[in-house]
Amino acid sequence: MLVDKITVNLKINGLATELRVPPQKTLLEALREEAGLTGTKHGCELGECGACTVLINGSPQLSCLVLAAACDGAEVLTIEGLANGPELHPLQSAFAELGAAQCGYCTPGVLLAAAALLVRNPSPTRDEIRQALSGNLCRCTGYLQIWNAVERAAEQLRTR
Amino acid sequence: MLRLPEFSYFQPTTIAEAVALKDAHGDRAMFVSGGTDLYPNMKRRQQEPRVVISLAKVDQLNAIEMRDGGIHLGAKLTLTSLASDQRLQAGWPAFAHAASSIATPLLRNMGTLGGNLCLDTRCNYYDQSYPWRKALGFCMKKDGDTCWVAPSSAKCWAVQSSDLAPVVAALGGRIELVGPKGARTLAAEAFYNDDGIRYLNKEPGELVTGLWLPEIAGARSSYIKVAQRGSFDFPVLGVAAWARFDQQQKIAELRLVLGAIAPAPRLVPDLDKLLIGRSLDDRQAIAAAAEVAWRLARPLDNTDQAFSWRKSVVKPYVERALLGLAAR
Amino acid sequence: MSEGHRIIGRNLRKIDAIDKVTGRTRYADDVVLPRMLYCKLLRSPVAHANIKRIDLSGALAQEGVVAAISGETMPTAYGILPVSEDEHALCIDKVRFIGDPVAAVAAETEHAAELALDAIELELEPLETIGSVEKAINTPEPRIHPGNRRGNIHKLVSLEFGDIEQAFAEADHVEEGLFHYGGNTHLAMEQHAAVADWSPDGRLTLWSSTQTPHYVHRVLAKVLDLPAAQVRVIATPNGGGFGGKTDPFNHELAVCKLAMLTGRPVKICLTREEVFYCHRGRHATLIQARTAVKRDGTITGMHFRTLLDGGAYGSYGVASTFYTGALQTVTYEVPHYRFDGGRLFTNKPPCGPKRGHGTPQPRFALEIQLDRIAAALRIDPADLRLQQIQPANSLTSNYLRIGSIGLAKCIKTVVEASGWRERYGKLERGRGLGLACSSYLSGAGLPIYWNEMPHSAATVKLDRGGGVTVFCGSTDVGQGSDSVLAFVVAEELGIDPYQIRVVTADTDLTPVDLGSYSSRVTVMTGHATRQAAAAARERVRSGVAEKLAVSGEQITFADGKVRVAEKGIELAFAEAVAIAEARHGTIVTSGSYKPPETAGKFKGAGVGPSPAYSYSAGIVEVEVDEQTGFVTPIKVWMAHDIGQAINRSAVIGQVEGSVYMGLGEALMEEMVYREKRNLVHKIPSMLEYKSLTSLEMCEVETFLIEDPDPNGPYGAKEVGQGPLLPMPPAIANAVYDAVGVRVDMVPVTPSRVMAALDAAARGKAPRHGPERMPQVSWPEPTRVTPPWAGGDGHAQRPGSGKQAS
Repeated sequence: MLVDKITVNLKINGLATELRVPPQKTLLEALREEAGLTGTKHGCELGECGACTVLINGSPQLSCLVLAAACDGAEVLTIEGLANGPELHPLQSAFAELGAAQCGYCTPGVLLAAAALLVRNPSPTRDEIRQALSGNLCRCTGYLQIWNAVERAAEQLRTR
Repeated sequence: MLRLPEFSYFQPTTIAEAVALKDAHGDRAMFVSGGTDLYPNMKRRQQEPRVVISLAKVDQLNAIEMRDGGIHLGAKLTLTSLASDQRLQAGWPAFAHAASSIATPLLRNMGTLGGNLCLDTRCNYYDQSYPWRKALGFCMKKDGDTCWVAPSSAKCWAVQSSDLAPVVAALGGRIELVGPKGARTLAAEAFYNDDGIRYLNKEPGELVTGLWLPEIAGARSSYIKVAQRGSFDFPVLGVAAWARFDQQQKIAELRLVLGAIAPAPRLVPDLDKLLIGRSLDDRQAIAAAAEVAWRLARPLDNTDQAFSWRKSVVKPYVERALLGLAAR
Repeated sequence: MSEGHRIIGRNLRKIDAIDKVTGRTRYADDVVLPRMLYCKLLRSPVAHANIKRIDLSGALAQEGVVAAISGETMPTAYGILPVSEDEHALCIDKVRFIGDPVAAVAAETEHAAELALDAIELELEPLETIGSVEKAINTPEPRIHPGNRRGNIHKLVSLEFGDIEQAFAEADHVEEGLFHYGGNTHLAMEQHAAVADWSPDGRLTLWSSTQTPHYVHRVLAKVLDLPAAQVRVIATPNGGGFGGKTDPFNHELAVCKLAMLTGRPVKICLTREEVFYCHRGRHATLIQARTAVKRDGTITGMHFRTLLDGGAYGSYGVASTFYTGALQTVTYEVPHYRFDGGRLFTNKPPCGPKRGHGTPQPRFALEIQLDRIAAALRIDPADLRLQQIQPANSLTSNYLRIGSIGLAKCIKTVVEASGWRERYGKLERGRGLGLACSSYLSGAGLPIYWNEMPHSAATVKLDRGGGVTVFCGSTDVGQGSDSVLAFVVAEELGIDPYQIRVVTADTDLTPVDLGSYSSRVTVMTGHATRQAAAAARERVRSGVAEKLAVSGEQITFADGKVRVAEKGIELAFAEAVAIAEARHGTIVTSGSYKPPETAGKFKGAGVGPSPAYSYSAGIVEVEVDEQTGFVTPIKVWMAHDIGQAINRSAVIGQVEGSVYMGLGEALMEEMVYREKRNLVHKIPSMLEYKSLTSLEMCEVETFLIEDPDPNGPYGAKEVGQGPLLPMPPAIANAVYDAVGVRVDMVPVTPSRVMAALDAAARGKAPRHGPERMPQVSWPEPTRVTPPWAGGDGHAQRPGSGKQAS
């Protein structure tokens, strides 16, 4: 069965983008394969790991389970758009400085989930950080340096 | 990368349009809301609709309002919004808590009320890739004849693993449906069918549009989810308890429902004579009720954790759920 | 900061950290080449069968399919160890587990390749499946590997150091127990991926998420019958490894062959389920342990027997088997020691090396056994250990050469920090503390294939603009090895580490390093890189000395400057390089490293020796729900003897990550197969193979014990694996402290805790664990006189010792 492609207009990292995708193409696939944004990772494609987390209209969601076709009109933020031009987001700096990225494969997803948390809650407790990141598996760090980095970034954002 | 098979995609904007599309495409079509249940299943070829009808643009399904002596919740409300809604947290805390316990924060941002209520039954012989299932010659729920959990069984034993289902049944909720023949509501308990394949008593063309939960004075509820981890996991046992207390804090009315041990949430029967008129301080009565629940539970070897253990912990968790009804 | 060092020992951002937090790091699946095809593998749906027929024509007829191949295209057998080259890129005569690859398809899209798999006709003649160690022992036929000498027994080893019978005869107390350590897998976040590119001039390039590009390089040349010089392997940054990407894999060979056949680049990225089939993870191991002690707790002898469920292929299994017996002796003094180990072939995905390779299983048994001994003799478990720590600069009874050993300090540190003395054995019921210790290698003393060349080498190139590039074959798998190279070079040259370029893991460009396994990288590449950088520095020094007519000793390198303090001269590093380049020509220097010769000379002495051993002591506090069996870790105190940290925050990250993975193994991670259902993997998914989320992970207080080791660069030792080892036994010991029962199995699941509590309630032995050890005809042990008894490291001549028991 050949199904026609669908035209999707969305903003990716602030840039208005038109995608022509078949319905079955997930946002993950569209970002990596159509938009050339390979910073979004994938570890299972079934919603079981969190590696593909992006922000859709500010909400952290799994791009492996969202159709690109469903993103018409949406604003999508990927890891490539987290920094403000050449200036790193405080979360990125904190992750780099505190060793929160080891292999780095879960890092884009974790950073976006954390970024959404800090918008919603600028002063999260450690437990709130753990809750907010509980959908992002990391196999390297044991999460501790990630929690520390989110705390440091939150502090920096508050005092800016 | 695991990918979705090809399908046609529709994004209707009204309930009527959605139902008409479904009616037009029949069995080849499925509704999708958050997609967190359907799309993984499609990637593993467990569900193979050729037509996917998205509810994303049906704004009528987003309502949340007090009505008819209770609360109406639109089917497209996300689990995150249910978990964080203050009216639900205050009036139906077991429901809000159950919503907050589902999957992960990210999946709760996507998954919806309707999707969780209609969650496909789960089984670790079924929730596998196409090649995996093919290696065993498939199972009766999809493409095969045998139930690998109980090969002599004529029935599919896939487990109803929704966290909301047992709670909604315990709370006396009603499922709101719209089909080609019009709208109707069904008691939550009657909505679920104890068969892993035909697990919902819903006409094929019907769409779950919402849920109504009654507001009852003096009632309190609790839910305990048993799972290995605090996120990601489906329950391997869920215990939902609801009771109305009289002025002396004696139980006047009670419903206890077990989730994740059978193809449908199971209402524990015959508790009235044990618990009505008793207070939660009556530990003997509570233990007796737990014993009844324990006898009812017959989990099989198709989820995480040893199934014998899943049965053995019914008692302590039922006791905890009942004690969780205490006023706070 | 450590004394005398400018860079070494500091908390520094890793050199690749910015790429990782901005999504710029290019992993294997991010490599995209023009005209690229996509590969999928058809995997066996049957656990054990003869292949009768494979017909690819259906697949080839499908739209978008460009090529399809089966086993006969690559008939050469290979395997990571020369002693067990029992794998084929695609199965030829038989399939040995569900998931064993039999055919490969290359198509224009991944979806087309996947659809084509269903059109391949595969006719199999099923054979009896071997699903357990016991069945493998008792079912010599059908043999999973027809060429294997002993039915389905892959390997049996037996070693005896000293006189174990005498040791047990002299003991006042003997602890004997059976333990089972469940098999588990690495579950790196990144699924294995590879891209092959073939150029008509005969050159092949493979980008792959591998920890061992050098070994992949060798296998590609061999199996594809290409000159090694025509093959280039580039290991992309690994999205986690943990040992799971250290074998050459079927998919790597398949994409290369398909690229050669089609003339187009070919990519594969495995699904998560396929990663479970690649496996090479922790061997499920049954352990029989006997420990003999004096009344005061002094160990007189130890006898360990292990049976490893190897899965369908050899992989690193022979080494894994030896490792289950190698490191019992390096923590506490064990004068008499015997080890019998066996590995069995079963029809499951092959096991191999996972973090701690072969040593967590016996360590689990050993540390529980010490806890039991302490209880029986009424000695504090910490004191029991402290009183018999292996001395520094010594040889163990099995000829492992110990350098520095900070174990006592590790134990004292966590005992103090956790309040052990006040709290152990005294917490309310349901709360408990458990202590366990461990040790691990800083790299294996011998290479995987026999050769006398260096294990690691590095080249340093200085640019007249002051730029410095270090080239090394090592692979960054997230542990930070690229940063170690930069920090070492920066230390030696007195420059900013972030101005150093690091080129690694490319067999065309970088000198050989054997790979990122066995915690070898910091010590071995550290030595090689330090040597290369120091040589470059001396070249600059001599050039500058000549030009300025000063003596070399007057010249210092620091802060990006080259100074002659006495003369008040200060040159920018770039200026100094230019001066030296004018004198010497282009400055390119190299360094290499080979571990010291091993002390043991007996057969089997090759597994266990290392330039240096790290030590760890961990205490965990748990809460045990007696009604349900759930065990919740509350806090971990972990002290690790690192010798000397190169980068403190990276070291702490490795400790915390090891603790995390150890807790996962202890509590939930397990590979499970359905024996009655054709040996399907029960749970090949990230949802059902349980690993800790951020909600299960507890706080960890980490202490670094820095007692520099003479064999480590700057005194450094390993950290990537050792701190995992104490966690499973510490959890089991803590459960005992909390509720008084023993779970002699990993993972310590709620149902197992309940089984132990039920046994206790029924008046039985308060434990849950294996009940019997299958009978095995162990070979006559190789007998070796320990060093303390005057041995020279050689085996006794047969017949000169006493008879086997």
